[in-house]
Amino acid sequence: MTDEPKRAAASVRNWVRKRDFYAGTLITLIGLVAAVTGPTYRLGTLVQMGPGFMPTALGIVLILLGIIMAVSAMAVAAGEDEDILPEFPQWRGWLCVLAGPVVFIILGTVGGLIPATFGCVFVSAWGDHGATLKSAGVLALVIAAFGVAVFSYLLQVPMPLLTWNP
Amino acid sequence: MATALVDLWGGFAVALEPHNLMWCFAGVIIGNMVGVLPGMGPVATMSILLPLTFGIKPVGAILMLAGILYGAQYGGAICSILLNLPCHPPHAVTCLDGFPLTKQGKGGVALGLSVMGSFVGASWGITEMVFLAPLLVKLALQFGPAEICSLMFLGLLAGSTLARGSPIKGVAMTVLGLLLGIVGTDVQSGVERLTFGIAHLDDGIELVALALGVFGIAEFMSSVNQVMPVNLAYSRVSLKDMRPSKAELKRALPAMFRGTLVGSLCSLIPGTGPTIASFIAYATEKKISRTPEKFGTGMIEGVVAPETSTHSSIQGDFIPTMSLGIPGDAVMALILGALMIQGIVPGPQLIKEHPDIFWGLVASFWIGNILLVLLNVPLIGVWVKLLAIPYKYLYPSALFFVCIGVYAANNDMFQVGETIVIGVFGYVLLRLGFHPAPILLGFVLGPRFEDTFRRALLISHGNIGVFVERPISAFFLGICALLIGTQLYVRLRNRKAKFVNASPGVAEI
Repeated sequence: MTDEPKRAAASVRNWVRKRDFYAGTLITLIGLVAAVTGPTYRLGTLVQMGPGFMPTALGIVLILLGIIMAVSAMAVAAGEDEDILPEFPQWRGWLCVLAGPVVFIILGTVGGLIPATFGCVFVSAWGDHGATLKSAGVLALVIAAFGVAVFSYLLQVPMPLLTWNP
Repeated sequence: MATALVDLWGGFAVALEPHNLMWCFAGVIIGNMVGVLPGMGPVATMSILLPLTFGIKPVGAILMLAGILYGAQYGGAICSILLNLPCHPPHAVTCLDGFPLTKQGKGGVALGLSVMGSFVGASWGITEMVFLAPLLVKLALQFGPAEICSLMFLGLLAGSTLARGSPIKGVAMTVLGLLLGIVGTDVQSGVERLTFGIAHLDDGIELVALALGVFGIAEFMSSVNQVMPVNLAYSRVSLKDMRPSKAELKRALPAMFRGTLVGSLCSLIPGTGPTIASFIAYATEKKISRTPEKFGTGMIEGVVAPETSTHSSIQGDFIPTMSLGIPGDAVMALILGALMIQGIVPGPQLIKEHPDIFWGLVASFWIGNILLVLLNVPLIGVWVKLLAIPYKYLYPSALFFVCIGVYAANNDMFQVGETIVIGVFGYVLLRLGFHPAPILLGFVLGPRFEDTFRRALLISHGNIGVFVERPISAFFLGICALLIGTQLYVRLRNRKAKFVNASPGVAEI
């Protein structure tokens, strides 16, 4: 067996490890979705453009851009930072940042502005490594009071302060 | 010329109306605050407050949103000079000489002179706007759909390739933004496009949800537990420290004028915003200085020139936004989006149809900048105290503001969910090395781009050559070709240089 396939496999592995390869692939995929969905809305002609023209055209442009990106990743040597995940992945931080708005949606629908604000701030505060029950609680209370004063009384955002509709 | 001054006079009457003055004041004070706080940008703040401006009149809304933008620039300087934190891109170079000055105990002087420079730069930018915008409008009113379409194309291309990061990724983000702008019911045919059967998306993706997903949630995800506790050792500054000596003033004044020049030139080139202006201003100072080796050790010129250029360029950026309806970057896209939400059609007819908005805005810039000088000089101690708020308190509070802001846009919880999804997607894009700012640019211009493109081809009976046959349109497309050509040239040359030096560190602005 020659070295040829081995070297090819190594270079493919090197390629797939690169950030730009994934960036290009993602853009190509989005482009594909648009280019495939677009024609279902009627393309029309150049004089009387249909609603499908733009999405299809943009989709094709995205596919081309994505391919250029992914292919040019092959041409350059790997940079220093090619990892998709950061050096120290913040799973807890990410989870809490995302959980905050989710809690806001749930409590806002079920219980109103006060529980939603408290819950949102309290939950997302846990994303920081230094958070304690006291620090998160006090912060949530302060922001809830501030939120009620500013958004409910001053700016009149139409959201009940406290209700119960599960 | 004279009519512009008369109109400006009228603008002052609008801007000095008590409620407009109040909104302007609220804007600059909020802007100054978020500028000082590390980890909150003007884009996120403007997006949070955007829904709350639905209820007030268009003039007040725009004055406030613009106030946040230039107020944040004053605040950002404090953060860079006293803390060495380049938390806002236009002020990154200010750190280089600003922080060494602070260490030498001259942080106050640096701040004082940069406030002065900011005012000089902004004043020039505003003057430029007063005289240049009406001229541009006169020109643009003769444009047909083909010219406007080519001009938009140029704006989009410049905004995506001249901004930070790789040009091809920037273009991809712009196209993605155009695509996101299409989501929803097509105005001309009533067809629901790219909604994937989700009824909530019939009205399109909400601008606020998109902006806050990308600049809010994605931003928090990337900085949670990553923001270092700040070093406040040098940040004691009082009013007394801000007065410069005669020698310092003598060095700073010419730098201010050079910075102003660089900034206003940069604002004339679409797509080159304040960040690029500040880098060029710093490089210019270093080049013409008799002691270039001293830069980085606390040269006052290296602080004043970039700060001045930032302000002159930001005010100048309003020119294409307000007179042509073509924004140069994400913040301008937001301002334009706010106008559109208020039911005002952006474009060359805006100044004529809504003189109160345009001239009121120009007048409010003067008022706002004077307010900011007053706020920053005597109250410097208050802003410095704000610097001490740790990020672990900031981001949970900001998340709540994001939620309530998106909810208030339409009183719709679905859109809070939309923001979460866009936020996760935005974070993935960030990790893949994209700079997502051009998404907003494409998103805001998307529907108008499609509409003018359709109309241009309808008028020309489907002749796609119309874009090169009409001279003005061909001129714009020629600049586009030039832009792509230079980018390719620079890229190829860089790649060659990279192979020779085998070093990955090519300067990236």
